[in-house]
Amino acid sequence: MANFNLNINGKNTQIDVDPSTPVLWVLRDHLNLVGTKYGCGIAQCGTCTIHLGDVAVRSCQLPVSVVGNQAITTIEGLSENGDHPVQQAWLEHDVPQCGYCQAGQIMNAAAFLKHNQDPTDEQIDAAMNGNICRCGTYTRIKKAIKTAANSENA
Amino acid sequence: MSTIKTQYNRRSFIKVSAAASGGMLIGFSWLNGCKPNSPELQAGVEVPKEWFEINGYIKIGETGMVTIYSPNPEIGQNVRTSMPMIVAEELDVPWENVVVEQAPLNTGFYQNQFAGGSLSIRLSWNALRMAGAAGKYMLMQAAANEWGLQVAELMASEGVIKEINGNRSISYGEVASKAVGIEVPEELELKEVKDFKLIGTSKKNVDGMKIVTGKPLFGWDFHRDGMQLAMIEHPPAFGMTVKDFNEEEIKSMPGVKDAFIIDTTIEEPGMFDEKGFKQLVAIVGETTWPLMQAKKALRVNWETIGTLESSNLHRDRLEKALASGEVTESRKDGNPEAAFKKAAKVIERSYTAPFIAHNTLEPMNFFANVTEDSAELIGPTQTPEALEGSVAKLLGLPLENITVNMTRIGGGFGRRLYVHFGLEAAAISKKIGGPVQLIYTREDDMSQGTYRPTYKSVYKAGLDENNKLIAFSVKGAGLPDGPVFPNRFPAGTVENYSAEKIKADTNITTGAWRAPRSNFTAGAEQAFLDEVAELAGKDPIDFRLELFDRAINDPVGAEHEYEAERYAGVLKLVKEKANWGASTPDVHRGVAAYFCHSTYVAEVFDMIIENGQPVVQKVWCAVDCGIVVNKDAAKNMIEGGVVDGIGHAMYSQLTFENGTPKEMNFDKYQLIRHSQAPREIEVFFVENEIDPTGLGEPGLPPAMGAMANALYKAKGVRYYDQPFMGTDRRVIG
Ligand code: FES
Ligand code: FES
Repeated sequence: MANFNLNINGKNTQIDVDPSTPVLWVLRDHLNLVGTKYGCGIAQCGTCTIHLGDVAVRSCQLPVSVVGNQAITTIEGLSENGDHPVQQAWLEHDVPQCGYCQAGQIMNAAAFLKHNQDPTDEQIDAAMNGNICRCGTYTRIKKAIKTAANSENA
Repeated sequence: MSTIKTQYNRRSFIKVSAAASGGMLIGFSWLNGCKPNSPELQAGVEVPKEWFEINGYIKIGETGMVTIYSPNPEIGQNVRTSMPMIVAEELDVPWENVVVEQAPLNTGFYQNQFAGGSLSIRLSWNALRMAGAAGKYMLMQAAANEWGLQVAELMASEGVIKEINGNRSISYGEVASKAVGIEVPEELELKEVKDFKLIGTSKKNVDGMKIVTGKPLFGWDFHRDGMQLAMIEHPPAFGMTVKDFNEEEIKSMPGVKDAFIIDTTIEEPGMFDEKGFKQLVAIVGETTWPLMQAKKALRVNWETIGTLESSNLHRDRLEKALASGEVTESRKDGNPEAAFKKAAKVIERSYTAPFIAHNTLEPMNFFANVTEDSAELIGPTQTPEALEGSVAKLLGLPLENITVNMTRIGGGFGRRLYVHFGLEAAAISKKIGGPVQLIYTREDDMSQGTYRPTYKSVYKAGLDENNKLIAFSVKGAGLPDGPVFPNRFPAGTVENYSAEKIKADTNITTGAWRAPRSNFTAGAEQAFLDEVAELAGKDPIDFRLELFDRAINDPVGAEHEYEAERYAGVLKLVKEKANWGASTPDVHRGVAAYFCHSTYVAEVFDMIIENGQPVVQKVWCAVDCGIVVNKDAAKNMIEGGVVDGIGHAMYSQLTFENGTPKEMNFDKYQLIRHSQAPREIEVFFVENEIDPTGLGEPGLPPAMGAMANALYKAKGVRYYDQPFMGTDRRVIG
């Protein structure tokens, strides 16, 4: 076990866990931040996506020991009241079905749009291919990403 | 005019009381209500007792806000939005004034609901309308009493009651408390479909904000102070069981509280008790990561107790079954053998599909708290009643001491009809004497069974010299159940017809998977018909329409399971919308139509080849599901079905080696991804006044056929074996 100082959603948090513990389980089991989901544990589905700095990472494959002082943002911290342009676009297109994958999709899309404000379809596909939606909401997700891109440009 | 009964044998389906916070509370049975002409009432049969179980509530507060307490958990079909829309329609309140709430957990208030996929709307349509209409009637009667008038002299709309020949008006909120004592008449009038204001519009998912902000909604998000976590390890192969394991070593690992073997065998298991493995190793601890490490450190002695089956063996068994297996359902019209002999052209083709897993994105999990004399269970299940019954058997407790509450469900597709994970949680909780949440890894989830069966069907068609279809036969085998629906299309359209459903043995456990049987048969049959139409030199849509003409004007045989007019209707609609017949260079078109879960769907796919890969550029869907309640949500369901159908036809499969599935996680098991989804999907609904039917499943089956047919046009080869892309075109995420 070891002590870690983490900056999560703008707050400093101390935890004492095994250094190999993936951030996913630190969030879910130790900090009660359960918006970040488990889907595969091997970096294949994207449901566990969070931001490390402003990069989207799969928290199931991110040992807590490598985080250091990089800021972590989870779906709970993406915006105060669900008013991030990506969240708003998701609501506008009524994207979710079961909803389980959507936090990961949103986090990945939000990071992607920070780096590419005017994405093409192919760029969206390439960026989002790691996020599975078993319910098949892909076409809506693409529309929502474009809407969010436009509103961020505005 | 349409009316509805509010009681049966003087027992009311409705219970009204004063709401604690002022206003009125209408209780009713969410899933049931009967029309005066319902077959049950006409036959004088006993109405099931659940029809009187109050489990849905409408609260009309003094401010005019209407709270609808939905007992339905959400599985992704948007019933928590569409069902309250039905209540609000009949009640006649503005949607802005409606709040939808789920009862808090652990109140025992909303137990025993059923989240039956495509059935939900079909079952509850009458009940929801009745409840809304009853509320409206009572409020109007209360206002009439106030003003000394008759109800007929009033009108109500948008939450306000008005005098028809006068100026007085009063809001629902103002009169709600006074409506509490009003007697509900035995029969209520319902709105005419043409007068619907809310039904047929698009309303946003009531839980949308909670989902996009990551609120704890799902089973896996449930937490109770003091609860432990548990994981299980099941045998690595079907045909094996657990003997013993390195118990002491595991128990001494950091973060592990306990480890033991559980047995969830129960007497007289029901259909929802299906599960590959009943004896399991269970490991208990406080957090997930140490449990995952402990699972890896397990050294278990497994014992082989049955055949360790491989995919080759499965292929052989299907072959043998087709040659000489047990036919479980069949149909025969005319004399197919003779007709094939005299046919000018005969075509025969075989189609196969592998076992596939449900792979709901939220893996199985359940909370259980078992004490000496009670059991409390909470989690994502579609069949709480079945779970309750199985837990009662396992623990030897009376049914009434067991409660099951449901959370939001991270994907169902049939997977959560099966109750084993709840049962396992109960067994573990009993052993440790405290609350526990059982969680499955993806590997646990994907390798334990209740798969879609593997299938093989042989189709044969005979054309006469005028290219008329004179003979048709289908023989379909599955492990363990065949995929054929003998009375579905094309039954009724061909003079000489035979259909045989054949079963065969396997120890791989299977279960209902989104649109059972249809999820294979639609693809096979629709691809075959495409080939038959080509052989006949006919346009694939015209060819099908000719067949439907036969079923409409002069059906073959005593009955068939579909309405030919509606089937033809969706084909005509999709033909028009997709501008079928027009051709665009380098765009390849495929079409398919299918009927299941009481809904008709036809789909046209436009495919292009990009960098050597098939890409579905555009999909048109025409859907006849009766009245559409929430239009945009209904479109979302159909879109999801199309994507799912393409994905499973193209990429997904489980292959077995010595009883072990080779695909256990998303590195090997391929699910469709963003880049493989259609670029655009447009959904059109047939407008009619038929009671609404299923939407969760019917979008999927025809997609498999349309995909196969578009692929043929694009690549010049026919695809007979799913997944069409095998393992050679993997996209790794
Ligand atoms: S849980 Fe991390 S990518 Fe699937
Ligand atoms: S909405 Fe269900 S997995 Fe994406």
